[in-house]
Amino acid sequence: MQAGTSSGFAFCLFSATFLFLLSISTYSLDLNKFINMSVDIRLAKSRVVGLDVYHGDDPGNIVTPGDIITADTGFMRGHGTYMSEDCLHSSVAGMVERVNKLVSVRPLKTRYNGEIGDVVIGRIIEVSQKKWRVETHSRMDSILMLSSVNLPGGELRRRSEEDEKMMRNYLKEGDLISAEVQNVMSDGCLSLHTRSLKYGKLGQGTLVKVSPSLVLRRKTHFHNLPVGASIILGNNGYIWICPTEHVEAGETGGYETNLQPVSRSEREAIARLRNCVLALADQNVLLFDTSILYTFEASQKYAVKDILKPEVILEVVDLVQQRLELEGS
Amino acid sequence: MAGMELLSDQGFRTDGRKPNELRRIRFKKGVFKQADGSAYLEQGNTKVLAAVYGPHEIRGSKGKALHDKLLINCQYSMATFSTQDRKRRPRGDRKSQEMTMHLKQTFNAVVLTELFPKVQLDIYVEVLQSDGGNYCASVNAATLALIDAGIPMKDYVIACSGSFVKDTPIVDINHLEESTAGAEIIVAVLPRFDQIVFIEMNSRLHEDHLSRVMDQVMNGCKDIFNILNQQVKDELCKKAAIDKLVDAG
Repeated sequence: MQAGTSSGFAFCLFSATFLFLLSISTYSLDLNKFINMSVDIRLAKSRVVGLDVYHGDDPGNIVTPGDIITADTGFMRGHGTYMSEDCLHSSVAGMVERVNKLVSVRPLKTRYNGEIGDVVIGRIIEVSQKKWRVETHSRMDSILMLSSVNLPGGELRRRSEEDEKMMRNYLKEGDLISAEVQNVMSDGCLSLHTRSLKYGKLGQGTLVKVSPSLVLRRKTHFHNLPVGASIILGNNGYIWICPTEHVEAGETGGYETNLQPVSRSEREAIARLRNCVLALADQNVLLFDTSILYTFEASQKYAVKDILKPEVILEVVDLVQQRLELEGS
Repeated sequence: MAGMELLSDQGFRTDGRKPNELRRIRFKKGVFKQADGSAYLEQGNTKVLAAVYGPHEIRGSKGKALHDKLLINCQYSMATFSTQDRKRRPRGDRKSQEMTMHLKQTFNAVVLTELFPKVQLDIYVEVLQSDGGNYCASVNAATLALIDAGIPMKDYVIACSGSFVKDTPIVDINHLEESTAGAEIIVAVLPRFDQIVFIEMNSRLHEDHLSRVMDQVMNGCKDIFNILNQQVKDELCKKAAIDKLVDAG
């Protein structure tokens, strides 16, 4: 959208085309032909609603709050359920999942529920005594203890008072970090650690926020994609896309940010990846390295800025889903 | 009452509805990207937006935190252009404050608050167009927003209003009926448990008529519940169908 300079004109044009469309009732694809400027307008009626794969069949495991899941008392109460009058009820809207005797309901959208070992991306919001507070889209702020970070000088370094005073030099408010969940406290607060060289402060790149349920749990969440960029898929729904590092940042412990200029081709790859991730998230497709790479490849025929147009999203994601389906069978 | 028959001899109301008929209900969940959950709901000409943020860390003074359960924070407001005469309503408006309190009570009764100790949940409700039944539309919209946010609840909370005209109970009353008919009863229920979480009556109604009006209003709640639940389920089924594709892949 470059309507900034000529928004008034765009508005006139819009109303004119609107009337025109009313008379011959065409769709927005024709609209693009008539507008030879970079304003992209579509009518409400031509809005695309999503992939049409639903044929009215009830999969049978869909529940809404208050639904009785089972009256059998032999089951264990998992997340998203509660007991009342000897029946197991659902407390959220979603799909019932059964693991042996444990019944739980997974809602479509939630805040991030941390589990030990998860890779997360977070933003430092406060530096306090011996710890940092980190925002990770969890229901409470997460905590990164000074004792659970790698300081320059290796594992056996003692954390002195000097280190405490230096905390803001390592990580300050607003910094982004990648970390692993070390522990989940009883109240749901997460304690993080960065005791590995792959974790630590993030430098230049793009952060994309999606729903945590869209990130597929995998063995690895760090991927060096063959398109010239790296991606970190945080389990908390924060996704970091950055240029691939060629030199190991070993000695600094990861607290020095690489401020070398990023080449145009890399920036373009990053921007394209970002839009691909957003497109997949828009259509509720699970995010993992393969789905993102396929989207990247399917989007090649469009300019980066066009990927997020509704009809392009639909076409690209549809191609990806077909390909995933093909490879799966 | 010449020209102002709330219920005609043929048994129709001023807007052409039958006494037990609801206004058209339409809604859309997930209208905001930024909020954890949101919903836009229309009940006839009453239009409401609800947004839910949280559960998140307590904002402001930490002293407000409850050590054993979730703190629910509500804010009800009416847009300047929502009523017939344009009126600027600052947040401190008495009517809004009362409504805020009522909403807070209602949702405290239904959200499983003990699951989230020491954190806070914000529910913001804005009335965009007001044509009677503001509380009802607000409760219904907020319920949908909570479902969208995946907040655990005991059941849906559904609110409906009713009145009594010409010896007939009427449901889901609009602004005209609200201002000219006698008593107005507002009820919020848990439809699957038949429990009442909130009830309010303005002005007087004869005791003999009360149970009839209540029955009608409860039926109205059930009807609204069925409409909302059906659409929520349909949307979930659609999502499940897409998920199945990915699982295969």
